[in-house]
Amino acid sequence: MNPDIIKYKTGEKILLKGNEAFAEGTVRAGCRFFSGYPITPQNEIPEYLSWRLFEVGGTFIQAESEVSAINMIYGAAACGARALTSSSGPGISLKQEGISYIAAAELPFLYANVMRGGPGLGNIAPCQSDYFQATRGGGHGDYRIIVLAPDSAYEMGNFPKLAYDTAEKYRNPCMILADGLIGQMMEPLEFNFDFVDVEKIPTKDYVVGNCKGREMRVINTLHMSTDILEKHNWDLYRKYEKIKSEFTLFEEKYTDDADIVIVAYGTAARISMAAIMKGREQGIKIGLLRPITLWPFPEKIISQLAQKTGKVLAVEMNTGQLVEDVQMAVNGKAEVYFYGRPGGNIPTGDEILGVAKEALKMKNVEPGRINVLNKI
Amino acid sequence: MKQEIILAGFGGQGVIKAGVLLAYAAMKENKRCTHFPSYGAEMRGGTANCSVIISDSLISSPVIGEADTVIAMNEPSLIKFEPRLKKGGLLIYNSSIIASKPKRSDIELLAVPANEIAESVGSAKSANMVVVGAYIAKIKAVSPESVKSSIPIVFPGKEAFLTININAIDKGMAVVK
Amino acid sequence: MKREYKRPEGLSKTIMRYCPGCGHSIVHRIIGETIDELGIREKTIAIAPVGCSVFLYEYFNCDSVQVAHGRAPAVATGIKRVNPELIVFSYQGDGDLAAIGTAELIHSATRGENFTVIFINNAIYGMTGGQQAPTTMPGQKTTTNPFGRDPKLAGYPIRVCEMLATLDGPVYLERTAVNKAVNVLKTKKAIKKAFQLQVEKKGYSLIEVLAPCPTGWGISPLKACEYVDKVMIPYYPLGVYKDLTQVK
Repeated sequence: MNPDIIKYKTGEKILLKGNEAFAEGTVRAGCRFFSGYPITPQNEIPEYLSWRLFEVGGTFIQAESEVSAINMIYGAAACGARALTSSSGPGISLKQEGISYIAAAELPFLYANVMRGGPGLGNIAPCQSDYFQATRGGGHGDYRIIVLAPDSAYEMGNFPKLAYDTAEKYRNPCMILADGLIGQMMEPLEFNFDFVDVEKIPTKDYVVGNCKGREMRVINTLHMSTDILEKHNWDLYRKYEKIKSEFTLFEEKYTDDADIVIVAYGTAARISMAAIMKGREQGIKIGLLRPITLWPFPEKIISQLAQKTGKVLAVEMNTGQLVEDVQMAVNGKAEVYFYGRPGGNIPTGDEILGVAKEALKMKNVEPGRINVLNKI
Repeated sequence: MKQEIILAGFGGQGVIKAGVLLAYAAMKENKRCTHFPSYGAEMRGGTANCSVIISDSLISSPVIGEADTVIAMNEPSLIKFEPRLKKGGLLIYNSSIIASKPKRSDIELLAVPANEIAESVGSAKSANMVVVGAYIAKIKAVSPESVKSSIPIVFPGKEAFLTININAIDKGMAVVK
Repeated sequence: MKREYKRPEGLSKTIMRYCPGCGHSIVHRIIGETIDELGIREKTIAIAPVGCSVFLYEYFNCDSVQVAHGRAPAVATGIKRVNPELIVFSYQGDGDLAAIGTAELIHSATRGENFTVIFINNAIYGMTGGQQAPTTMPGQKTTTNPFGRDPKLAGYPIRVCEMLATLDGPVYLERTAVNKAVNVLKTKKAIKKAFQLQVEKKGYSLIEVLAPCPTGWGISPLKACEYVDKVMIPYYPLGVYKDLTQVK
């Protein structure tokens, strides 16, 4: 490997937008193939990679559509490359066809959704409108995607290594679910992993090309025999269960003495911290459980915290998606509250502190039911 | 210490980059900082703005509700962001091209003839550096040394303008002194 | 006695399940022979489409990728850019290539991707039961044109080679047919040339093959071959539409 391509030393403090940190992080983690289609608020990712991949001898293609982009990824992943695409909600919708195929073929790759307001064309402001789309698979068929939710430029830059390693370990697509705020915001970060030498990534035993001395290989998602497809579905199920048991990440803050726990991810978690800090100054004990993997969902810890505090508040930038997973994790054993700001509006710390106080005051609330605290 | 600054102007006045410069200088001083730009269709046509937060402690949200400081480089920015200042906040405005006076009486005003000063140091494009100079002289969120040493990194490939930019910062600081 | 006619190494031993009189098996064999003659089997990747040739990966003795309807050129692009030494061909029907996959077709062609597209034009959707294709002839009856294709309602058939010939990206475009021996031989020549150009890294080529579909058209194999001659070829003239290798 030519050391000139490294660009940033491990631990060196740099100032980048979340989108740029992510783009550099993917290259650093070994990405050498990108195809995508422009959409706000993720355009810095392809713009950055258009010159950066050129520097490292990789491939950058601006595709004719998201549909084509994801299928180029299918081809690149079939050859074993660390491939990447990125988009925002409307583009991810178009990519779902290809994502379903790639998940079915059990090929690893990475994609990012820098979320904006929806549904439809919505707007380009930061939003968390695509949680369902991300965590339920998104496309047709019975499959799952590993979903990581960064809350900073630091995590945008460093998650790609974790994402590629995990995707390849389980032969499963992995996605980064960010939003316009995480993508557009610039803040200091450093890379916590060394630049990956792609030539040292072991060759995979399932990739196509150069079949000399072995049986031909088929990357296939068509199984006309119902028995074969059922077996494939159960094989995938077992894989997903294994991922669930081995790869669930979350961050816990101030939960030890908390009277209520906020469950929030990404930007919503960041802002909830402002509420928590301010609350502490006033003697109000709020804790935070930030899921880092949205799938697998950290249901066990949420269940434990819910039983301990008796009150759980989901804060999201939508009208209530993650809260349904929280409700399932709580399983009727605690009060479940929800506060959301959809449409691209971002809640303030004071706003969240206000609803947390309200939830703390509420009595005789039926456990397990979602109580929406927005005045609507 | 926590400073929440909104920088606004029309496209081409360099307000986004001026914000990056402040953030970079803050990073150099091991302070926490965030920079959040307006983006998308808005920035293609008219006004551009960014929010910069400089703090000694963790910054939860890069979005500013009430600003400590507003730097307005043109009239529409003044109209839009004057109401966003917190009581007692600082309004720095480019008096070279802003004809009307700020309306509020509960804030501190600092008129900076940024265009004239910029032209006097050799480039009208350095008006953004003039207001940065005025800001760091007034509110010592970051040191002039950190700002000046960050210029070659934030404006790479523009070595010829380095001296002009540094002079612009000095002249901007002199407005306050 | 020396055995002259045998199964090409490029084809697997699986018996093809195409209908009697179908053009697919002829074109498969031609590709198999080409793979043998150019000695490229170990580095060839076949892209299997959606359509009657969806099981292509069972018939070829090389690595393959089965892809979504219309997306073969995009997948081929990904493979070829990651590993330019591989020989990649997509094999697509008229619905796959000229309806749902039009964008992928045109943009891979205009990028001049160095792979080979084999386009089977039989003027019908075979696998789904004989619905209208983008290349269905005016007046031709299909299960979704019970009164025959009316261009006023359903548009006109698309001439793919002519359309792609307007682009600067492709290096070689030819339309052939497999309805009689002489045309089969010409098809062989064209397909081999297209693969040869890819081996030489010359760029994008597409061979459009007019193929009979007796089942989909509801006529006998013999009549189907005549239909290609009498109805299809006048609308889709055979010949070379672009050949940059001839340009000096």
